[in-house]
Amino acid sequence: MGKRVVITGMGVVSPNGIGIPAFLNAIQNGISGIKFVPLYEELQFACQVAGKPDFEWENLKNYISEVSYHGLKGTNIAYGLTAALDAWADAGLPYDADEARWETGCVFGNSAPDAEATKFAIGKIDNKESRKLGSRMVEQVMNSSVTSYVSGRLGLGNKVITNSSACATGTQSILMGYEYIKYGLADRMLVGSSEYIDTYIYGAFDAMRVLSRKFNDQPEKASRPMSATAGGFVPGSGAGALVLEDLDFALARNARIYAEVLGGSCNSGGQRGGGSMTAPNPQGVARCIDMAIASAGVNPNDIDLISGHLTATMADKFEIQNWSQVLRRSGKNFPHINSLKSMIGHTLSAAGSIESIACILQIIHQFVHPNINLEDPNPEILDIISQDCMPTKMINKEINVVAKANFGFGDVNSCLIFSKYNNQ
Amino acid sequence: MTREEIINELKNVVAPYTNNKEMLAGLNDQTDLIADLKINSANLVDIIIDAEAKYNIEIDYDSADKMINVGSCVDVIYDKVNKK
Repeated sequence: MGKRVVITGMGVVSPNGIGIPAFLNAIQNGISGIKFVPLYEELQFACQVAGKPDFEWENLKNYISEVSYHGLKGTNIAYGLTAALDAWADAGLPYDADEARWETGCVFGNSAPDAEATKFAIGKIDNKESRKLGSRMVEQVMNSSVTSYVSGRLGLGNKVITNSSACATGTQSILMGYEYIKYGLADRMLVGSSEYIDTYIYGAFDAMRVLSRKFNDQPEKASRPMSATAGGFVPGSGAGALVLEDLDFALARNARIYAEVLGGSCNSGGQRGGGSMTAPNPQGVARCIDMAIASAGVNPNDIDLISGHLTATMADKFEIQNWSQVLRRSGKNFPHINSLKSMIGHTLSAAGSIESIACILQIIHQFVHPNINLEDPNPEILDIISQDCMPTKMINKEINVVAKANFGFGDVNSCLIFSKYNNQ
Repeated sequence: MTREEIINELKNVVAPYTNNKEMLAGLNDQTDLIADLKINSANLVDIIIDAEAKYNIEIDYDSADKMINVGSCVDVIYDKVNKK
């Protein structure tokens, strides 16, 4: 069986809101965080819009020492620190610790280190000025930079690890933290993911022609999951963090409990059976969802809401098809489904953690957030599920069980099942 | 440039690397960068790089190794500045 794992704290840096109150307001009201980016026009990218948090660098001084602040260049580190420390404070825990906190670990992911920070190093080295780089570059360009800053600030002394599985990273970090507590190896895990989409990674996605390019003059309309006019995803940046705790440990300290992680699964389609570097093997997706449901001990009919991966590409309809087949639910019997990406774009590794926070907020406040830009649902999706399942305005509804999945390059899948916390 | 002028400017160079503002205010020849100012030893190279820019000098690796307290820092900088 293992221990029960609950969520006791959350923090978010999202293109449509920084901090839980602003983010909650944004997802309830369908507020888009997608904006036109003049630099991308200058660089001649086909896609010139992106979701970027309205982040104030100065604000970091409230989180880290002046010494740590001085010389900090990695934007992904700044986002990750902010989300993680907000989640920590939200759980009612103090930042400062004289001794290592042996009971708490950290699984925090990113899909790539900050390429802008890397470029700074490359520039100096190519210019024969490597000695001017100083002592703070390695710690900011290593894969584990975000995790190191977060765990160092809080003195986390249990397992500290950086995970990376492309767009499945965020959900996977939560799953890894959940499993670690479930099997009794830690009492508390700070989990999440952070992504800063700089021009270098962005440009490479643009070259793949998988990004939205027809709505550069209407940025808020550019991210259109499940619609007939979905023409590629909109890249986004941000971070999400959650504090997971062993239920008994949380109860013993009278922690506020937001929701429970009932189970989850993580696998790969092996890039076989229709799967490839960039497309999922449908069998892999089905097994992942199936195993997540089994591990959670719920019935497919118990699922009230699906938070899809749904990036606004051709793959949306295949994803709906997979969900429908695995759950054996279709038409009006299909659960409600939404895509946060309609509002914030695809934040790659951060998608899983930010979307999970949206799931938990929908459980706490009993609502389904809208899918914006879905005035023209894809007819092939309507062949599978009813239009009522994809609300375009927020609806109030009893939400007990939510399924959250993400699928990433390399044919990797990750699925989590969250539920309302029941004291029994 | 006198030793006193150097030490006064050195306060500004060192400031971003220490959280111990009290100790910084009373900076003197005996102040140890690591033990007293609690500067992370890995960050000493940043102080040297900033000092190079500030005094427009070049501090070679061997000289840098000697810079552990304020007095030895001033010695090295004084030497380089006045040799120019």
